[in-house]
Amino acid sequence: MTDTEVPTSQKKTDRWSAGVIPYAEMGYWEPDYQPKDTDVLCAFRITPQPGVPPEEAGAAVAGESSTATWTVVWTDRLTDYKTYQAKCYRVDAVPNSDQYIAHIAYDIDLFEEGSIANLTSSIIGNVFGFKALKALRLEDMRIPLHYVKTFQGPAHGIITEREYLDKFGRPLLGATTKPKLGLSARNYGRVVYEALRGGLDFTKDDENINSQPFMRWRDRYLYSMEGVNRASAATGEVKGHYLNVTAATMEDMYERAAFAKELGSVIIMIDLTIGYTAIQSMAKWARANGLILHLHRAGYATYARQKNHGVNFRVLAKWMRLSGVDHIHSGTVVGKLEGDPNAIAGYYDTLRLGKLTANPVKGLYFDQDWGSMPGVMPVASGGIHAGQMGDLLHYLGEDVVLQFGGGTIGHPMGIAAGATANRVALEAIIKARNEGRDYRKEAQDILKAAAKQCRELDIALTTWGDISFNYESTDVPDVVETPTSI
Amino acid sequence: MTRNRPPSEPDAPARVGFGMGRPSGAAGPGGGTGMGTASEPSAEADEREILPMDARVDLAKEREATGIDEVFDSLDADLVGLTPVKTRIREIAALLLVDRARSRFGLSTSRPNLHMSFTGSPGTGKTTVALRMADMLHRLGYLRRGHLVSVTRDDLVGQYVGHTAPKTKEVLKRAMGGLLFIDEAYYLYRAENERDYGQESIEILLQTMENHREDLVVILAGYKDRMDTFFVSNPGMSSRIAHHIDFPDYTQEELEAIGDLMVGAEGYAFTPETRKTFQEYLANRRAQPRFANARSVRNAIERARLRHANRLMEATEAVSKEELTTLAPEDFRGSRVFTDDDTNGTPNT
Amino acid sequence: MRITQGTFSFLPDLSDEEITKQIQYALDNAWPLSVEFTDDPHPRNTYWEMWGLPMFDLKDAAGVLAEVNACREAKPNYYIKVNAYNANYGKQTVGLSFIVQRPAEEPGFRLERQEAHDRTIRYTLHAYAADAPHGSRYNGHQ
Repeated sequence: MTDTEVPTSQKKTDRWSAGVIPYAEMGYWEPDYQPKDTDVLCAFRITPQPGVPPEEAGAAVAGESSTATWTVVWTDRLTDYKTYQAKCYRVDAVPNSDQYIAHIAYDIDLFEEGSIANLTSSIIGNVFGFKALKALRLEDMRIPLHYVKTFQGPAHGIITEREYLDKFGRPLLGATTKPKLGLSARNYGRVVYEALRGGLDFTKDDENINSQPFMRWRDRYLYSMEGVNRASAATGEVKGHYLNVTAATMEDMYERAAFAKELGSVIIMIDLTIGYTAIQSMAKWARANGLILHLHRAGYATYARQKNHGVNFRVLAKWMRLSGVDHIHSGTVVGKLEGDPNAIAGYYDTLRLGKLTANPVKGLYFDQDWGSMPGVMPVASGGIHAGQMGDLLHYLGEDVVLQFGGGTIGHPMGIAAGATANRVALEAIIKARNEGRDYRKEAQDILKAAAKQCRELDIALTTWGDISFNYESTDVPDVVETPTSI
Repeated sequence: MTRNRPPSEPDAPARVGFGMGRPSGAAGPGGGTGMGTASEPSAEADEREILPMDARVDLAKEREATGIDEVFDSLDADLVGLTPVKTRIREIAALLLVDRARSRFGLSTSRPNLHMSFTGSPGTGKTTVALRMADMLHRLGYLRRGHLVSVTRDDLVGQYVGHTAPKTKEVLKRAMGGLLFIDEAYYLYRAENERDYGQESIEILLQTMENHREDLVVILAGYKDRMDTFFVSNPGMSSRIAHHIDFPDYTQEELEAIGDLMVGAEGYAFTPETRKTFQEYLANRRAQPRFANARSVRNAIERARLRHANRLMEATEAVSKEELTTLAPEDFRGSRVFTDDDTNGTPNT
Repeated sequence: MRITQGTFSFLPDLSDEEITKQIQYALDNAWPLSVEFTDDPHPRNTYWEMWGLPMFDLKDAAGVLAEVNACREAKPNYYIKVNAYNANYGKQTVGLSFIVQRPAEEPGFRLERQEAHDRTIRYTLHAYAADAPHGSRYNGHQ
């Protein structure tokens, strides 16, 4: 084999010789590479097998998620391989651990326009089982604006949703019907009616409520919409129930969504388990048919929870924003489910802001420009109650749906009372915040004052005032802000 | 049911949430109707606890805390003369400080009327003092924001039917929380023209001056004789003005001192000869018509700078820093003030 | 019945002082305010009548409250709300909106059901007040 012109970072004799050579010498490790504005950038947390140098591990990830294979192949020479191969351009050690953060750049030509299925198949499709790594986690992804523009984005987005509902200046309130399983359709509609008439904006099918022997989808839709409309007439507000259209096939999903539309629902929901392609199809349908699209992130914790392996939720959040959902469950900080405050703040920023700046404390590895793509409304659901309203507003902000399932339906005076308690608590905290009070420190006083004129809230505070869920989070960002004294 | 709050009722509760048409005590989803609130203290800045009967208040410390000495100091430094004005301002400040001290003992006095009229020739410092007044009143807690909105008749009065009310209300809204300064206020009233819309503006002003006393302070300004005539024809306006402050014309010495200040602020200097020429200039100019006090002094200095610059441009050698910053007598001599004695209409500079 | 549109409708009706604080919050955020009224309470009624133009460039709440009270005086039996508008990039929508006056009696809505095929119902809301023409809808005492 004759020597050909190769860059100085590659050994002259070995690159094209048949056999196996280190990835780092095949051009997958390029420390001088300047990422282009059009590149997709990824930050991977790699735990190399003992004896594997970090640059080699990073290069291996770059290789296996782009053009490489385990041995040299001559057909590489038929391509402009330097363009198509991913480049690992930076590896940082994580202090006090055996992990490294590898930054890898992918040329924009590697990806099909507007396709999450392709983006994910490309980057996470092949590399996670790779033996040279003990563990691998995709921490963050920078999607260039050029690529962002090829996606539909949220079918409606936060602003349009608020204008649709005519609700401004406060978080939205929701609740999942409980019990999770077993209710018949007619009883189900009763829960919807009571919760909405009491003061919530939305009620929700649970993720596993699709169409089961105890309740078929069509019956559920009919009774739920009866409840929704009765509540709307009783209050003069726009109300909604997230009708879950998740099904076994796309055809079934379209049928269910069409019926939801026929009944006049303002919103439908899907589970993450339907898959990326189905999600994009439904987002397209949602925009064309004018219904808000709620996504339950069912199953995400199987791969997003452990700090050393999987895909961080913030990457999933980006994919879902591009795909085009309007709502996505994103964590509560103070509820029963997993979540560290800084990481969750990072997720909320990822979903809501138009432009992100890299922020290690929040776990954001890259800047991200969303252009004018609307934001996704985060949904906070799981073990929260009215007494936590001050903390919730502080951590999560105003553009969020707060879901109080147990906190509504478990109220001693009934479901409507539970809903009223939550709504009064929320409005009281918002009012106090606008007045300039330290609503977080004074939350208990504010709520108690409001409770004096709202018996439902009074009972709620008495019933749940002491509940909190305090466990160490398993997944915190590497960087912690330490206070400095000057 | 009138929405206007009756004037000076210190112990009346603030307006209860109204317009709901719902009799008190009816239950809504949140329960109850608009909540009444406690009576507002007259000086809204002071919300400390009421002092016990035998406590003592250190007025000097109170004054220091408000920071108004800064305002007085800058008044003294930036404005020459105006002794009666400065005295009156200190008197007003004292009144307000004592009021605040009294309110700390729970003595509620009605909020003092703070509307004023400033009379005097142009260039005597009326607008500058108004600006400082706004700052002072803000620091004492009598103006929420302390900004100044300065208008003339054209900003308040419209050109056709129905135009005036929104225009005036717009200006008043902008001025809320601050001070409204109406220059040449007498132009609002044109007795000879019955179709003049200024009267409408005056009525709106009167109503606002009465009903929004804690939201707004109004200062009317203009020539003394014309303001006097205006007040005679508008007794309603006259009765709402608490403080009439006159701004006398500056004396020769005061004008020289103003000139010195301005020249120094611009980074220039007089030689002794220049100073004599300047004094002569002032004496001449004051005798001529439409002398605008400090404004005329500023104009004169600007002209002198122009002549100075042209003079230097014609010089053949390189100029020194001293030459660049020193005004010479010929820089003032060039003025027509020294050559013209007629009163042909255009002011000389 | 009490329609619960707007941000604070589950709390007791706001007093003038409380309204002023909310207005000041909006002004501190540089959101211009506007006052609107209507006698059509349907939740899909997006366009209430404007009471004057939106008030831009104000710093103090007193001027806005004066307009609110002027509107209350002129329209004693209408719903009146205060809106604060956020014109920033990425928002360009209402930031805060709350009701400051309601008619003495609110008759509410009738839910109309039109039976379609099988068990499907088409729903619409009909406001009882809308049976009367504009201007003579709420004749409650003041």
